[in-house]
Amino acid sequence: MAKFFSVLLPYILSGISVGGQYALIAIGYTMVYGILRLINFAHGDVFMVAGLFMVYMAGSMPLYIAAPLVIVLTVALGFCIEKVAYKPLRTAPRMSVMISAIGVSYLLQNLALYITGGLNKTYPDIPWISDNVQVFGATTKWVTIITPFLTIALVIALVLLINHTKVGMAMRAVAKDFETSQLMGIKINNVISMTFVIGSALAAVGSMLYFSNYPGVVPTSGAMPGLKAFVAAVFGGIGSIPGAVIGAFVIGICESLIKGLDTIISAFVPGYAALELATFSDAFTFALLIIILVFKPTGLFGEKATDKV
Amino acid sequence: MLRIDGLRVNYGGIEAVKNISFQVPERQIVTLIGANGAGKSTTLRTIAGLVRPAEGRIHLQAEDITGMSPDKIVSKGITLVPEGRRVFPDLTVLENLRIGAYLRKDSLEDDLNWVYSLFPRLKERSWQSAGTLSGGEQQMLAVGRALMSRPKLMMMDEPSLGLAPLVVKDIFAIIKRINQQGVTILLIEQNANMALHIADTAYVLETGRLTLSGTGKELLSNEAVKKAYLG
Repeated sequence: MAKFFSVLLPYILSGISVGGQYALIAIGYTMVYGILRLINFAHGDVFMVAGLFMVYMAGSMPLYIAAPLVIVLTVALGFCIEKVAYKPLRTAPRMSVMISAIGVSYLLQNLALYITGGLNKTYPDIPWISDNVQVFGATTKWVTIITPFLTIALVIALVLLINHTKVGMAMRAVAKDFETSQLMGIKINNVISMTFVIGSALAAVGSMLYFSNYPGVVPTSGAMPGLKAFVAAVFGGIGSIPGAVIGAFVIGICESLIKGLDTIISAFVPGYAALELATFSDAFTFALLIIILVFKPTGLFGEKATDKV
Repeated sequence: MLRIDGLRVNYGGIEAVKNISFQVPERQIVTLIGANGAGKSTTLRTIAGLVRPAEGRIHLQAEDITGMSPDKIVSKGITLVPEGRRVFPDLTVLENLRIGAYLRKDSLEDDLNWVYSLFPRLKERSWQSAGTLSGGEQQMLAVGRALMSRPKLMMMDEPSLGLAPLVVKDIFAIIKRINQQGVTILLIEQNANMALHIADTAYVLETGRLTLSGTGKELLSNEAVKKAYLG
């Protein structure tokens, strides 16, 4: 038992941590979908740009200024993207908005390529959270421990905001019915902006946690975590915040376990020849996506397939 | 109180409203009757700011409110109870009422009590989600929600739609009561009989044009109206 624990624990810990990071991105996908029925393909790239903001700012100012500033700038970016690329298409068919989102995604990637020259930009060490720590005999970084707690705290704050404040009530109303919400005097554009602001802020926090675990940021750094978070949102039932969070943790943990599968098996099966199973960790996520879409397209907590009237 | 002059509205590629003019005097119940597709809903939606008119002006008292955004119109004191009730099913009854007062910053206590006194059923169910209410209760909630904005003018789009005759009778009695408490009402209905009975002033709308007008009683006894709308 003790052996089982000591072999598995590091993978589970890192899975929970990655899961929390995916969750922070997934909320942005799911909230925007909940209100606009738009899959905001640019969201993963906003996450990457948040990483770059940190890279460039950490060099010229202390971290306690850089970190909040990264969040502010990312929020501004998300806000502007909505105003420039999605708002003018409010009455256009949904497909047009989606194509616009794909356009924004490539635009951000190419801007990043232009600015960074495509080079790997080393992510600054954030003191303390990049330090190592021992948990039950396993060595990991502090960020691994903090991520799930921070994620859960932010999710709780968000759920409270949505369920117990006037803005939250307006968000729930707009998600259900644009027109009637307007008749109540709600300015739907403000509510939509608010969603992008929240989604981008969480993505910025997620990026600080995520990139602390990676050597650096490249222009395509947002693509993979963005896709995984998107799968998490679909898995949980797109439009549902708790769904996205649970989906993200499930995907994070499974992925991490698959990455460690060879080590885990060889610890228990003597003479096991490694099969390089770690290669399949990404494939798993996307296989999961296909399975959900085939067998339960509404995901864990998704609303029944009622299209907006 | 409300004056419509030469209103033309294009909607879904057709001219749904073709040059209509009418007035809603203060404290009256005014009704527009007409068949499906006559342009009744479009007229209300235009006044509410959801649709922009191609031509014409809308005045509330002395103020030109043509083309204002829906939230501005609500803050001027005009509210619309939409067709099919459109309560927010996932919000509780109380939240639905609160969201009706979205633009207000003062205390809602008095208005909640007023709405609850009009619809005691809503008070019993204030913690239930609105989706679990019956059709009649949802209609009451939609009316209550509209009243929470403290409207001067309440517009109602087919309040009797899909409701049992007894419930319809209740709803109309309450419309009358709300009117007596000082809210001007602009009502559109396919149920012409009920509408004309409570209306002070009535207009007949046919394919985007006003063809007849008079008091509710006059139109009730009008041969053409009888033939076309009262069966």
